[in-house]
Amino acid sequence: MALLAIGTTFSVASATPNKSALALARSAVIEEGKQLFLKGCSSCHGLNAEGGAVAPSLIGVGAASVDFQVATGRMPMADMSTQAMRKEPVYTPEQVAALAAYVASLAPGPEIPGDELLNYERDGSLAEGGELFRNNCAMCHNFAGQGGALTQGKYAPTVMGVKPVHIYEAMITGPQSMPVFSDKTLTPEEKLSIIKWIKAAEVEPALGGASLGRVGPVTEGLLVWTLGIGMLIGVAVWLAMKAR
Amino acid sequence: MAHEIEPISDPGIPAHVHRKADEDPIAAKRAERQVAILFSLSTLGTLLFIFSYVAIPDDVFIFLPIMGNTNAHQLFLGLGLAFSLFFIGIGAIHWAKTLMPDNEVTVQRHEFRSSEEDRKEFVKTAKEGAAAAGLGRRSLIKKSLGLSLGLIGLSPLILLRDLGPLPEDSLTKTSWKAGTRLVTDPGDRPIKPEDLEVGAVAQVLPELAPGKDHHKLSDIAKDAVLLIRLRPEEFNLDAERLSWTHEGIIAFSKICSHMGCAVALYEQQTKHLLCPCHQSTFDVTRAAKVLFGPAARPLPQLALALDSEGYLIAKAPFNEPVGPSFWERSS
Repeated sequence: MALLAIGTTFSVASATPNKSALALARSAVIEEGKQLFLKGCSSCHGLNAEGGAVAPSLIGVGAASVDFQVATGRMPMADMSTQAMRKEPVYTPEQVAALAAYVASLAPGPEIPGDELLNYERDGSLAEGGELFRNNCAMCHNFAGQGGALTQGKYAPTVMGVKPVHIYEAMITGPQSMPVFSDKTLTPEEKLSIIKWIKAAEVEPALGGASLGRVGPVTEGLLVWTLGIGMLIGVAVWLAMKAR
Repeated sequence: MAHEIEPISDPGIPAHVHRKADEDPIAAKRAERQVAILFSLSTLGTLLFIFSYVAIPDDVFIFLPIMGNTNAHQLFLGLGLAFSLFFIGIGAIHWAKTLMPDNEVTVQRHEFRSSEEDRKEFVKTAKEGAAAAGLGRRSLIKKSLGLSLGLIGLSPLILLRDLGPLPEDSLTKTSWKAGTRLVTDPGDRPIKPEDLEVGAVAQVLPELAPGKDHHKLSDIAKDAVLLIRLRPEEFNLDAERLSWTHEGIIAFSKICSHMGCAVALYEQQTKHLLCPCHQSTFDVTRAAKVLFGPAARPLPQLALALDSEGYLIAKAPFNEPVGPSFWERSS
């Protein structure tokens, strides 16, 4: 009993300074994030992230949402057009982390998945990932992950070349037009399977050379109707020409 | 003097224009060489085909302008075969056009009816043959032959059975029954309302009947349902349809009422559901009312409830047939 008491006291004593130091560092990061937010985001999202006429409230969206939107360059938006698009990020990774910490401190929300959770090579299944992608993703993002059109100028972007962490965050936060894919209906392992399939699709070689965007019959049909039928017409004209 | 209408006189065949190769032996020789070169190109194409198959490893990629990185094995197999076939054709046509006789020939049509003697001769031969076979005398053979030939004539009618069987109620009924649990697809896990965040979607199927270990594709094609969670206050439904939802969770058949494609492009912000095939757009907040596109009816809505363990179940089967229209459909 005494031993246990001593042991517990000791561990608490040794842990305490560590914890408070962490908490201090954390609140410093949150403070930095708040300053960045006030400068770069508050004009649309409000001084307290409460949202406004042109931008949604960020209370409760979680760190994952901030990391996805800011680290892929979608936020801040370049212009108020139909949809925020992927571009060079404006903030450094440290600044993104500070912004994410600040927004997460407002109210709990989805967290950024750690590297241990994202070991898709180990935990994902390629075949299952393909089936899940076709069931849940392909209708918007195209059967080969190339993206596709939605309504009124909106579109589902390509999923090629997206970092695994950002694919994961998109599934748990549902950015812009995309719905949320809950962990119970699409388990974390299943999400990793989807990421594994996307990463395999990225390096899939195009055996026939020009893949024509991998969007299916539209570009392929266009090529055949112009080039292919043009050639056939040329041959037909030559066939019917009288020899001299 | 009245003008008489003069018929246009038959202009006859235009004068034959000789080709160079017909008159000039040097030109003929040149055309012959050209044909030979074309056939040789075809031979080279076939050799390239064989060489690519034997000697080019199937994992080598080469860069081509416009085409990008291309698999060399496949590329040269295709080019070889294309060359071999294309140049045989081109060579043959060039040969026919430059060297083969091209003088016009007129053949007058003759009468199709045979001469009177030939016709009489044929009837006589047929009668003699029939008499020699003795069909008139041997009635057993005559009758059994008649039976066998008649039955052969019937056999195509038997194959008409393949037009059936009638679909019976398979067009109007799905596997959803009152109390059927909703399960994830794939995975077959039952779903609780708290598993879905606001803004979440899930493709679901009816739970498998006991003893079954997989969903049949022909069943999935009718049973697939999309589960969507909104904020309850976002709904704009009548009292009955609202009672079919559960805490903001609403379920629609995923099979488009236009042509049966899987309607699953859900825009979370506009709450619109799109069909990828013909862009029919449905408003989730108003019981899948058609906003745009060729679909004539809203998507059928599945009534939801909870079972005693808290899992989502169908309160009742679909109250109308899912998918596209068919003749016997009542609405």
